[in-house]
Amino acid sequence: MTGFLLIFLAAAAVIAALVGIRRARRVRDSAAVKTHSRPIYHGLNAAIWTGVPALIFLILWALFKGPIIDMLVLASHPGAEALSESEADLLLSEIRQVAAGTIFKEPTPEVRDAAVHLQFLESLAVWALVAVAAALAAIGAYVGFRVVKTRFRARHSVERSITWFMLFSSLVAILTTAGIVGSLLYEALAFFAKVPIQEFLFGLRWEPQIAIRADQVAGQGAFGMLPVLFGTFVISMLAMAVAIPVGVFSAIYLTEYAGARFRAVVKPLLEILAGIPTIVYGFFAVLTVAPLIRDLGQSIGINASPNSALAAGGVMGVMLIPFISSLSDDAFAAVPRAIREGSFALGATKGETIRKVLLPAALPGIVGGILLALSRAIGETMIVVMAAGLIAKITANPFESVTTVTVQIVTLLIGDSEFDNPKTLAAFALGLVLFIITLGLNLIALRTVRKYREQY
Amino acid sequence: MSQSATAAAPGRSPQAPVLWKSQEMADRRKARYAADRRLQMYGLAGIIFALGFLAILLTTLAFTGYKAFVQTTASVEINLAAQDIDRTDIREANWRSIFRDAVRQEFPDLSRAEEREFFKIFTSSAHYLVRDRVLDNPALLDGTTTFHIPLADPLDQFAKGEVNPDLPEDQRRVSNAQLELYEVLDARGMISQPFNWGLFFNADSRFPELAGLAGAISGSFWALLVCFLISFPVGIAAAIYLEEFAPKNRWTDLIEININNLAAVPSVVFGMLGLAVFLGWFGLPRSAPFVGGLVLSLMTLPTLIIVTRASLKSVPMAIREAALGVGASKHEVIFHHVLPLAMPTVMTGTIIGLAQALGETAPLLLIGMNAFITSPPDGIFEASTALPTQIYIWADSPERGFVARTSAAILVLLGFLALMNAIAIFLRQRFERRW
Amino acid sequence: MSDAAVEARLSTQEEERDIKMRARGVSVFYGQKQALFGVDLEIPRHAVMALIGPSGCGKSTFMRCLNRMNDTIDSCRIVGDVTLDAEDIYDPAIDVVELRARVGMVFQKPNPFPKSIYENVAYGPRIHGLVRNRQETDEVVERSLTRAGLFKEVKDRLHEPGTGLSGGQQQRLCIARAIAVSPEVILMDEPCSALDPIATATVEELIHELRENFTIVIVTHSMQQAARVSQRTAMFHLGNLVEEADTDKIFTNPEDPLTQDYITGRFG
Repeated sequence: MTGFLLIFLAAAAVIAALVGIRRARRVRDSAAVKTHSRPIYHGLNAAIWTGVPALIFLILWALFKGPIIDMLVLASHPGAEALSESEADLLLSEIRQVAAGTIFKEPTPEVRDAAVHLQFLESLAVWALVAVAAALAAIGAYVGFRVVKTRFRARHSVERSITWFMLFSSLVAILTTAGIVGSLLYEALAFFAKVPIQEFLFGLRWEPQIAIRADQVAGQGAFGMLPVLFGTFVISMLAMAVAIPVGVFSAIYLTEYAGARFRAVVKPLLEILAGIPTIVYGFFAVLTVAPLIRDLGQSIGINASPNSALAAGGVMGVMLIPFISSLSDDAFAAVPRAIREGSFALGATKGETIRKVLLPAALPGIVGGILLALSRAIGETMIVVMAAGLIAKITANPFESVTTVTVQIVTLLIGDSEFDNPKTLAAFALGLVLFIITLGLNLIALRTVRKYREQY
Repeated sequence: MSQSATAAAPGRSPQAPVLWKSQEMADRRKARYAADRRLQMYGLAGIIFALGFLAILLTTLAFTGYKAFVQTTASVEINLAAQDIDRTDIREANWRSIFRDAVRQEFPDLSRAEEREFFKIFTSSAHYLVRDRVLDNPALLDGTTTFHIPLADPLDQFAKGEVNPDLPEDQRRVSNAQLELYEVLDARGMISQPFNWGLFFNADSRFPELAGLAGAISGSFWALLVCFLISFPVGIAAAIYLEEFAPKNRWTDLIEININNLAAVPSVVFGMLGLAVFLGWFGLPRSAPFVGGLVLSLMTLPTLIIVTRASLKSVPMAIREAALGVGASKHEVIFHHVLPLAMPTVMTGTIIGLAQALGETAPLLLIGMNAFITSPPDGIFEASTALPTQIYIWADSPERGFVARTSAAILVLLGFLALMNAIAIFLRQRFERRW
Repeated sequence: MSDAAVEARLSTQEEERDIKMRARGVSVFYGQKQALFGVDLEIPRHAVMALIGPSGCGKSTFMRCLNRMNDTIDSCRIVGDVTLDAEDIYDPAIDVVELRARVGMVFQKPNPFPKSIYENVAYGPRIHGLVRNRQETDEVVERSLTRAGLFKEVKDRLHEPGTGLSGGQQQRLCIARAIAVSPEVILMDEPCSALDPIATATVEELIHELRENFTIVIVTHSMQQAARVSQRTAMFHLGNLVEEADTDKIFTNPEDPLTQDYITGRFG
């Protein structure tokens, strides 16, 4: 339905534009004075008037139709005001099922009435949508045509509309951030109403699985995030232990030693590593790397877990190599040639120049890159979801299995999630922690890199 | 710095000449060059490690995945004309017994238990496959037709050499009886391994031999379309505003920092945003490509804005001044001159951004695009999977056949990514200007 | 046999005439483009030789041949020989690291490393193993800074970044850095072009003093500077050496009309 309406609106706007252009031409040809704006602007102006208000209405409608109908249906059901949020949700889904014709148990008369009401509202909604959208388009078109006059500054009007659209677009980024912070905070606060914040921040046990069985006596889950955070830390460190040396050394080779042709071939190949989706790395970690590490562990007498931290961390490290390598590459390239020559002129070898002059000079840039990579490692999800464990454990042994913040978020939120049990809400609390940590790292990293760029 | 040195310094004669030719110096230089070569070796080793990993990754996937591109089938001849089928209600005919009767003719003398084993050689949905083909083409009812029926996963794996027949019977999923019957079918020339079109045209299934990517590919397509339709105009508009119109003040600084930061926010956080806001507050449908596309567009937007701004910045001031000089308005300068010149770079950036979005998994998992859905979506509001989430589902499935399917699906995904990047590179080399 | 004899003879000759470096038939090509055409030039020991000429005449290119800095440019090719104390510096047996330690260089724009003042000066002696411990390093750093006339100004902030100094100070730091490895020759590529007049005067003073112990080659755009600091002057034009003589003679009685025009400011 919405699709058809969109096409209809687009068609209406195009027609409005064509009619507007024709009218403007007529006005121009018959008028003695020069018109302010070219006909195309009058046409565009008409099209904007026709399409945009109706489109905005359509979007608002799509966003708010559901909640409003739900509210009206619930209000029609006697006694619904007294229900808690989850009970109301249950009732609503029952009414919806009845209205859709799938009935599992005999509905109460109230529910049946509400279902009928729902069907009525739904059909009303469709007609209302069509009627209002058409009316808005018609009114808009009328306004657009009426203003076609010699003195009307259609170009200014069109340009103003475009500026507004651009301004709104640039605010989308702000709105996104606000949405992230808002939703995470809202749900996390709901979580802290159920689980004390100090237990979450400083607790040493993370056992959210138990919390589902609320009817059990021992059904209180444990929500201490420290073991989860520790696991994230362990895996990120393993990843950085692979990515930093390999990334920095390969950047050194590529910028300082390699010939132009070697560089032209190898650099894009390295970039491929960054373009491979993380789920592919995750599958590879499970399929190949984890068994390999298990065998390796056995051969040196260590009993490695099938989802060892080393497998997840190591593969994640490889994923981060091109990231660190290309940022280090930039950092080396930014060191002026004069400084290199200064070192060579003193009789330094290439290696000495790199280690003692270029590396210290490029260090801020490299560190910025490393921080960005670390932020990625902490937020990386699919590799750990597939290759790391689920049980939160505080251990620094890379052959053992640990879990991470992102793994817990995904396992807690995957499947049907209700927004009222602590299990789901805990994921949002973890999400908030993740967001804050990565935000901090990103800001520091971006500032470091920017300062470094200003230096040269 | 020692006190005595300070006192002695001024006017002091130069130090003794350095004996550059001495053995000591020569040795020292040798050691210095060795250190230089060592550093070079470390660099080369790093590159070899990274590229070696890439090579192993790709070959492993190719080797585990290539077998899923063919499917073992048995050709079964069914004389439908001999069956008593109600032409007005083809769907409800007893297709199971029709199919079983047809294959029973191959081995008329089997005991009941042997027969049960025999039927298990074929995919358990075999009779539906026959039915659907007849539904598509009712003319088949008038004659004898050869149907290529996929074998069940264990036999498919055996035919591809993945099952070791020397293992004890209870340690493999293919029974001895099935093996014998299979050998006979093979000897009669009924077994073939054609290209597995089902991998592309079937939707998901619990049975590996029938599972395909049709649903995932169309889900990804719709999600990317939504993502493109939103992020492309909004991204360009935002970039133009920030680069050309916005005053430089605290507000725009904030927006800029915010965009740079958003580009580095973990993708799973975007998934949580989608879950809480789009599904939770706005009540949009779960698992829908529309919601997936919305979330992906929010993720792609920052990258797109950054790329577009950079390319706008690279258009020389002189072109703006020239256009302003002939009386164009600021909007006309940008939309008639600057933006068209920046467009190739923007397109390249957009395609690369979409390629990244195609590989994103975590946010789609959180909005439920990992559901088990056996038909491709009809529109952007229907529940669907996407390529990466389908890979996730298959990777989690226990059947042996899904390992190969997962690798094959990954190869398909990588193929799409390679294609998109190739287009981007082509655009860049063909149209991009250097100022 | 005869080679060795020739070498010996040449070296005695050079000692008589006190020649530190000698270029014979040096031509330089950048890719297809020839930048220098068969230059022959002798650089006297413990003196300052100025290379003058209009922009792009090849004087900097020639100078960079003297410590093989052109090696760092991929497309660059050099023919002819250059000797340092009668030893061919383009001989494969010659170690470029040793050569550059013996033939130091100061660049047009001051290019201190982004390290402390102390570390800037200590860098050279350390990599060449000229110092064994902290105390020796301290001595070399102080001596070099003192000879570069910078020590008094910076002795309280030796461990602050060298990039924080003024332009003139930075250039003197670069000179200190160069002399810290006790080179025999110092090449200076327009060392004062980025400096103000006062800083220029200080550096010129310094060049004057350094002459006692070092052989100095200086590329300069400024006639006055060449006249002030050098004993010999070589005039380059379009990649050719036009004239080479005592500075006094070049500036009072040049033989070549081109030189005359250049010195009197008719082109350049």
